[in-house]
Amino acid sequence: MKEAFEIFDHTADIGIIAYGADFEKLFSNAALALFSLITDLESIQEKLHLDLEVRSEDRDGLLVDWLNELIYCFDSRHTLFNRFDIETLTHTALKATCYGEDFDPNKHKIKIGVKAATYHLLRLDTDESGYKAQVILDI
Amino acid sequence: MTQWQGQFIKIDDYRWKIPEDYKTGMRVAGLIYSSEGMLESMRDEQTPEQVANVAFLPGIVGYSLAMPDIHWGYGFPIGGVAATDTKDGVVSPGGVGYDINCGVRLLRTSLNEGEVRPRIDQLINALFHNVPSGLGSEGKIRISQKDMNQLMTEGARWAVKRGLGLDEDLDVTEEGGCLSGADPSKVSDRAVKRGMPQAGTLGSGNHFLEIQVVKEIFDPQIASVMGITDRGQVLVLIHTGSRGLGHQICTDHLRIMEQAVARYGIKLPDRQLACAPVESREGQDYLGAMACAANYAWVNRQCIAHWVRESFSEILGISPDKLGMRQIYDVAHNIAKIEEHAVNGCSLKVCVHRKGATRAFPAGHKDTPKRYKEVGQPVLVPGDMGRCSFVAVGTQKAMAETFGSTCHGAGRILSRGAAKRAIRGADIIRELGSRGILVKAGSISALAEEASQAYKDVAEVIDVVHQAGISRKVAMATPMAVIKG
Repeated sequence: MKEAFEIFDHTADIGIIAYGADFEKLFSNAALALFSLITDLESIQEKLHLDLEVRSEDRDGLLVDWLNELIYCFDSRHTLFNRFDIETLTHTALKATCYGEDFDPNKHKIKIGVKAATYHLLRLDTDESGYKAQVILDI
Repeated sequence: MTQWQGQFIKIDDYRWKIPEDYKTGMRVAGLIYSSEGMLESMRDEQTPEQVANVAFLPGIVGYSLAMPDIHWGYGFPIGGVAATDTKDGVVSPGGVGYDINCGVRLLRTSLNEGEVRPRIDQLINALFHNVPSGLGSEGKIRISQKDMNQLMTEGARWAVKRGLGLDEDLDVTEEGGCLSGADPSKVSDRAVKRGMPQAGTLGSGNHFLEIQVVKEIFDPQIASVMGITDRGQVLVLIHTGSRGLGHQICTDHLRIMEQAVARYGIKLPDRQLACAPVESREGQDYLGAMACAANYAWVNRQCIAHWVRESFSEILGISPDKLGMRQIYDVAHNIAKIEEHAVNGCSLKVCVHRKGATRAFPAGHKDTPKRYKEVGQPVLVPGDMGRCSFVAVGTQKAMAETFGSTCHGAGRILSRGAAKRAIRGADIIRELGSRGILVKAGSISALAEEASQAYKDVAEVIDVVHQAGISRKVAMATPMAVIKG
């Protein structure tokens, strides 16, 4: 059984590799990887939920747009998430419910600020055990 | 990562070419400014491949250029310069980067080290208190949506009109602190929502505020025009950009360009190089939004400079005017500008992308500010917090060779993760402290990412641009106190 995700170094930035038996799991693990960079996932409690819808032109683009949507949520609403329920997922659209809580400086240690998910070296692969996605984040 | 296997063609000790036939699809050759020693680290990172990839951009003229502080970016290398013909060329948001108009502002003072050092603890605490920094920090200035539209259109003047700075600050800010063509209707609500609470904040990452001491003056005549007259003189350097506003504008417009690429039949080796013709609706919309972020960043540095002056005045009990706290200059190092340049002997209107590169206009140029007309536009090159920073000026050679551009800093060599594994934040504070450099940081663990070892030596970078003649070294300063977001 592979980990849900890995983090890898990239000189000026940082990359995530997410795994999943299906695309839903892959997208939710990529989101977990993102928030694991921002803070300790264990420090986030499920106190609220937010429904999100994302549309894009293809599946690769959808993954980047999904992560950018979450970055936007954190930067504008200051909400941290640690569980993602992907309800519908097609090549070009995603509907999800995200669970977490608002950032509390006394409780959450912010590790890094993420500016954006990029298309650079973006990869979605599949093998016998499932799917794998690589995304570079600008931090 | 595998090493880059291509060949550099040596032109001279500081210029290395990647020929146009290195890769099918390159429209021009690549030209890297570097010493022989620095070339090797570029190979380790595949950065030269990115220089070659940028040469694919439709309408690119001259060379796909790279400065000696170049390092691997996403799509475009950081430290890259590319000029495209505005008639048939493209504009690429990736050629500017996410932190639109990230840049530096330098203030002089009439104080010397001896006068400041005894009060340095109080000063740094006052600065830390008065200049909001760190992740999620929000500004002291409360602005409405209407303010935001004005601010994005007017740039630094918006802040000066509100008493945050002096008219003369605008004279010594690139573009007078206001890039024309700003169009707030091209900025999404989400970009505004991200940017509005962050106006007037330093941010985090590699952004900083530094109190410096002049250690060397290489060109006393030019330095004196800038108000740098003595070794031991105290300067203040501010490094920040357009915060969440710029990040979201880049994200939004990259997405639009992504879809435009196919429509305009543009073939690119990397999706992150997404672009659209300068004259197209997508191109013009991006430039209009980018100018908004650029202007926001100038407001940001303007506000911070004002609070720096107030903090010095508060702690030393002397007015900023008596402290001689005049602005030397403010430069953008992530920006795209429409400029006139000579290409193959003809004057051409081009879109100059500077991503991690600084404008370096010579003496006499129409856009070189009046104060510097005789000496050239000041170029501010910050190094890492343990070494030093340089002040230089632009030259005629930069106009001829690099579309009036030069380096922007030290350039990263260690990833943030590698830096963190090698060094502990607490050790850095102790080590720098023993050398008389006081550090105050929002996050101690993030401090390790910005350690000296993570960067090239800026002195080597500046030597290359000086020796190559695309800038002239003027002065060098070392940090006395640093605030990291």
